[in-house]
Amino acid sequence: MGFDQYHEPPEELSAQTRTFARMCANLTEEAEAIGWYEQRMSVEEDETSKAIMSDSLGEEFKHFSMDLEFLLRSKPLWRETARGILFQDGDIVANGESSESSATASGTATEPASSIYSGPTGSGPSGSASSEPADSSLGIGSLKGQEL
Amino acid sequence: MSQDHLLRRHAPITDSAWELLDTEARQRLIASLGARKLIDFAGPHGWQHSSTSLGRTDEVANTPLPAITARTRRVLPLTEVRASFQVSYTELADNDRGAADVDLDDLDAAATRIAETENIAVFHGWPDAGITGITQASPHPEIPRVTDFNDYPRRVATAVATLKKSGIDGPYGLALGPTDFTAVVETTEYGGYPLFDHLRKILLGPIVWSPGVRGAVVLSLRGGDFLFDSGEDLSVGYHFHDETAVHLYIEESFSFRVATPEAAVALAAE
Repeated sequence: MGFDQYHEPPEELSAQTRTFARMCANLTEEAEAIGWYEQRMSVEEDETSKAIMSDSLGEEFKHFSMDLEFLLRSKPLWRETARGILFQDGDIVANGESSESSATASGTATEPASSIYSGPTGSGPSGSASSEPADSSLGIGSLKGQEL
Repeated sequence: MSQDHLLRRHAPITDSAWELLDTEARQRLIASLGARKLIDFAGPHGWQHSSTSLGRTDEVANTPLPAITARTRRVLPLTEVRASFQVSYTELADNDRGAADVDLDDLDAAATRIAETENIAVFHGWPDAGITGITQASPHPEIPRVTDFNDYPRRVATAVATLKKSGIDGPYGLALGPTDFTAVVETTEYGGYPLFDHLRKILLGPIVWSPGVRGAVVLSLRGGDFLFDSGEDLSVGYHFHDETAVHLYIEESFSFRVATPEAAVALAAE
């Protein structure tokens, strides 16, 4: 195992940034594993082997999702942008553009003051007392571009 | 989750039941929030966000001392909107047992009611809340009603042509009130072509079911014309409980303003 997840000299990076980089590397590896399992399962003819790989794939889905959640908790602007894209109906590109604009314009997605390990406490992505907890709303937001 | 004014932690409701209520409310609201599918949405900025800056000022006529000038900022206050409902303990307990047919009719009605209120405010205005609606602001004359919906594409095309003549680019969207929506969906043009598909080709944008809208509205989706400012986005909160039911509400705060009145054309309901 090397240390190539760092793009800058590790000794110049804060512990927080090193952790963030490690989790980005984790996320990448989980996504790669998901792609590999998909390929293997598509060519595997033995049903038992395929079932085991399918079970393993489920683990990768879980790991990827946990990694992603960790990273989103550490980057409020990313989290706000993702909020308008993930689990939304409609055109993905349109949702992305709209979500990016809203996240940037809202100005509430500032860095958390506490450790990146601390998740949203219900006081919103900014952790600001002046902001309503984003997590207590139904998270509907913009629906622009959706039909019916 | 920390405590906030929604007081969800005080409700005698299990996590499973909260998930049920939130999911049901979200589904009902998304189905009915027609305006949000066509206009710009900013926020949510939080419950403490009280007003939208209009970027304009009024001169203060009198000042305490001479050789002083003063101006007051003009703002649009946000309106807090709430729709109350109740859910019986019996139904919540059945949900925890795994029941799949929990009676949430009162929640559904509240969700529809508050979504319709939002649609009406956006499209037709809400004077007591200081909101001017899209059809109120539009300088274009309403396009008259037709009884034969085979003529509907011509009405929509006229509206689109009006917008283009005013320099308003597309794509365009169509907000249909329930009556017009049903007629459009049910109508097949001469030759068997679905009216719905024909309209989409004219608009190049979405057709949206919008309860609360009278008739229909054609509007540009290019952005920057119709501005919805959200304080607290739609949320479910707790009010109180008695021996038989939990009393809850759906709530939001918002303002709405029209930046480009000529970017929409109304199709008359009558």
